[in-house]
Amino acid sequence: MSKKQGWFKSGTPWIWLNGGAVALSIVMVAGLLGLIAVRGLAHFWPAPIVQFDYTQRDGTQEVVMGEVVRSQTLAGTIVIDSGRPDLAQPDDLVTRFLIKRGNRDVTSRDFMWYLQPAMGEMSRPADAVVIERREWGNFYGLPRAVLEGDVIVAEGDAVMVELRNRMARALSIRDEINKIERSDIGDINYRMEQIRLGSRRIALNDRLSEEEKAARVAELESGRQALDDEYAVIQQRLDQLNVEASRDTLLALTADGREMRISLRDIVRVTQPNQLSLFGKMANYVDRFWEFMSGNPREANTEGGIFPAIFGTVTMVFIMSLVVTPFGVLAAIYLREYARQGPLLRAIRISVYNLAGVPSIVYGVFGLGFFVYTIGGSIDQLFYPESLPAPTFGTPGLMWASLTLALLTLPVVIVSTEEGLSRIPSTIRQGSLALGATKAETLWRVVVPLATPAMMTGMILAIARAAGEVAPLMLVGVVKLAPTLPVDSYFPFIHLDRKIMHLGFHIYDVGFQSPNAEAARPLVYATALVLVGIIVVLNLTAISIRNRLREKYRAESD
Amino acid sequence: MSESSTSDTHRKQNGNDAMTSTEQSSHGFDASQLRQSGAPQLNLANEKLKMDVQHLNLFYGNDQALKDINLVIPEKKVTAFIGPSGCGKSTLLRCFNRMNDLVDICRIEGKIMLDDKDIYARGVDVAELRRQIGMVFQKPNPFPKSIYENVAYGLRLQGGKSKRVLDEVVEKSLRGAALWDEVKDRLEDNAFGLSGGQQQRLVIARAIAIEPEVILLDEPASALDPISTLKIEELINELKDQYTIVIVTHNMQQAARVSDYTAFMYMGEMVEYSDTDSLFTNPQKKRTEDYITGRYG
Repeated sequence: MSKKQGWFKSGTPWIWLNGGAVALSIVMVAGLLGLIAVRGLAHFWPAPIVQFDYTQRDGTQEVVMGEVVRSQTLAGTIVIDSGRPDLAQPDDLVTRFLIKRGNRDVTSRDFMWYLQPAMGEMSRPADAVVIERREWGNFYGLPRAVLEGDVIVAEGDAVMVELRNRMARALSIRDEINKIERSDIGDINYRMEQIRLGSRRIALNDRLSEEEKAARVAELESGRQALDDEYAVIQQRLDQLNVEASRDTLLALTADGREMRISLRDIVRVTQPNQLSLFGKMANYVDRFWEFMSGNPREANTEGGIFPAIFGTVTMVFIMSLVVTPFGVLAAIYLREYARQGPLLRAIRISVYNLAGVPSIVYGVFGLGFFVYTIGGSIDQLFYPESLPAPTFGTPGLMWASLTLALLTLPVVIVSTEEGLSRIPSTIRQGSLALGATKAETLWRVVVPLATPAMMTGMILAIARAAGEVAPLMLVGVVKLAPTLPVDSYFPFIHLDRKIMHLGFHIYDVGFQSPNAEAARPLVYATALVLVGIIVVLNLTAISIRNRLREKYRAESD
Repeated sequence: MSESSTSDTHRKQNGNDAMTSTEQSSHGFDASQLRQSGAPQLNLANEKLKMDVQHLNLFYGNDQALKDINLVIPEKKVTAFIGPSGCGKSTLLRCFNRMNDLVDICRIEGKIMLDDKDIYARGVDVAELRRQIGMVFQKPNPFPKSIYENVAYGLRLQGGKSKRVLDEVVEKSLRGAALWDEVKDRLEDNAFGLSGGQQQRLVIARAIAIEPEVILLDEPASALDPISTLKIEELINELKDQYTIVIVTHNMQQAARVSDYTAFMYMGEMVEYSDTDSLFTNPQKKRTEDYITGRYG
């Protein structure tokens, strides 16, 4: 009894309770990150290709080739109920495998479950290839021949060598086509659009007489002819390249013996994973991971990279910080230093604090109604009448997304700046005032510099919150697939009116809106990992800046 | 240098002018002062008067913190305010450079004359006033800047000073505050790296850098160890050659050591004001005697 009491009095149970809570938190965070990291990063590791015979319900045999995605153990009754009483007794446990067999263009479903009792022996054919294609997903099969036109140039063992050589050529042509499409044609389109807008502007100008208008439009339109000619030349070159790119074809067999012709221009990558050494696999891994980080998405975002989403997220967070930090700091300075303390100020302060608790989707609705339609619409009327009825700023875009998030994170910045200001000892202010400084001089020369670490804290919290926010962004500027990045080489270089992609929304889109859920699943984890990584990097940058400032003002800020 | 010396003489002339006018205007006042303090030994005949407090009342809301204070501060002497905690001595000191303006509920009646001008008169530039009357606080409060920038702060506020002038003033002020030898090799270091005593002398250097006429010291040594206290006291002795000094202290030995004149305050009233020797050896009031003999406070 007394011993037990003594144990309680010593406080030991509390220590265990507190330590346990910390341990549990660490386990949960580490588990979450670990799961995301393992699932996300494992996706890029080249999986072996397996091949086996499979007996269908009607007794027909089928050869299946693909990657094992995962396996499951089922009760025999489920197998019997699913229409395969030949494979199991009710008491049995049956394993089934999910096989990514690709070849969506011929098999229609690229992920299939196979019951183990109906499977023959699994083998790993050494010459099996996985071909990542621009369309229709992966192809699994056996390479047979390389064709130039209809002429066979390589067969048998020489296929892979010849294929790699010709792939290099095809990829370089592909790059050139991309370059022409993006920069040259993009450039002509841009200038065409400028001419169109210019004509429209002249037409809308009331101060010009009809003759003047006609003259000026004619002058502008004369440039159009030159552009058309230029375009024709480029188009010709493009056609030529397209023909060249289509020159070579790979002839390959699917596992069940169907012959497939795959044009080399549609191939992204060819791998023979069953032959790869460890280093080969590593190189393949790095290659695929790099494509994921730096490439554009393909196939409704289920393949390819997420670079536009990374870029969009970072740009948006950056613009948001540029808006929210000065605004929040100025507001906090007024509230703390100048406003007369009283019931009104208390009410304002409570309102500001409560803004932080408003659900983010409400900000999204507000942003859409106020920023996009009201302000954006007015901007279009005033400054972009020539583009109407197509909206410029009167539609969701980068600027409105940033401003909405700035509004969302404003309370955080105001609260932490106010706290920082209130922590500055009054003796420091009095020291400055006693030297003949005015209140404003004291504020800007002494107080605000001392409060910068607190402002940085506010900014860090704002970044952490904004980078992970999705709901409001869906309404004010984030889309599934943005055709262009918000930054390019055309004036004004940062296009605040453009729609952007965002990692958070990308996760939602890939995970829940994807036509091919199985293919998208690993990308959800990988994208989540990148999002977490970016937030960590942004925060670490801000924290290191803050710590440097703190070090500078150390005696007063702690 | 030439610039500062001309401004010095200019100020002295000003002071002299002021003095004559103060003498003229304060003849009657002196008499009332004597009556008020009931101190026949308070003889200010040989002193020039720098500041003159007339019927000062101060209220915090409805509480009266200072009650009809009358007092003169002689020029280039050290005047000490002593008294128990909460007697209003710091409050009185802070009236001299209008630091009480920062307190919203504070209300002041009466006059405080600096030379011949009422510092509470309408239209007085408070920032300008505070440049004339510097202040050092109880706790060292250097700015989060380098030692150099701390001293140069007041000059930078005025603007238009060349780097050479700033260098000169910083060195002169740090020498004046007996800190130069200790910090001359690390002027660019953060002021927070200094010890408490050094910080307090830095703050004094910062105050004298803008060449005030009066320096107010609000318990300048109360947060310091005995050796740093000693240094501050020595410094005060040196500074009084050039500046009028008013010091608040709860340490009677300190008041006895450093001051020429001492005022004893109790419960917001000026109980006794006289030259330091007389006040400590021959107090005229019972309450003063009780306090300096340690019976309360």
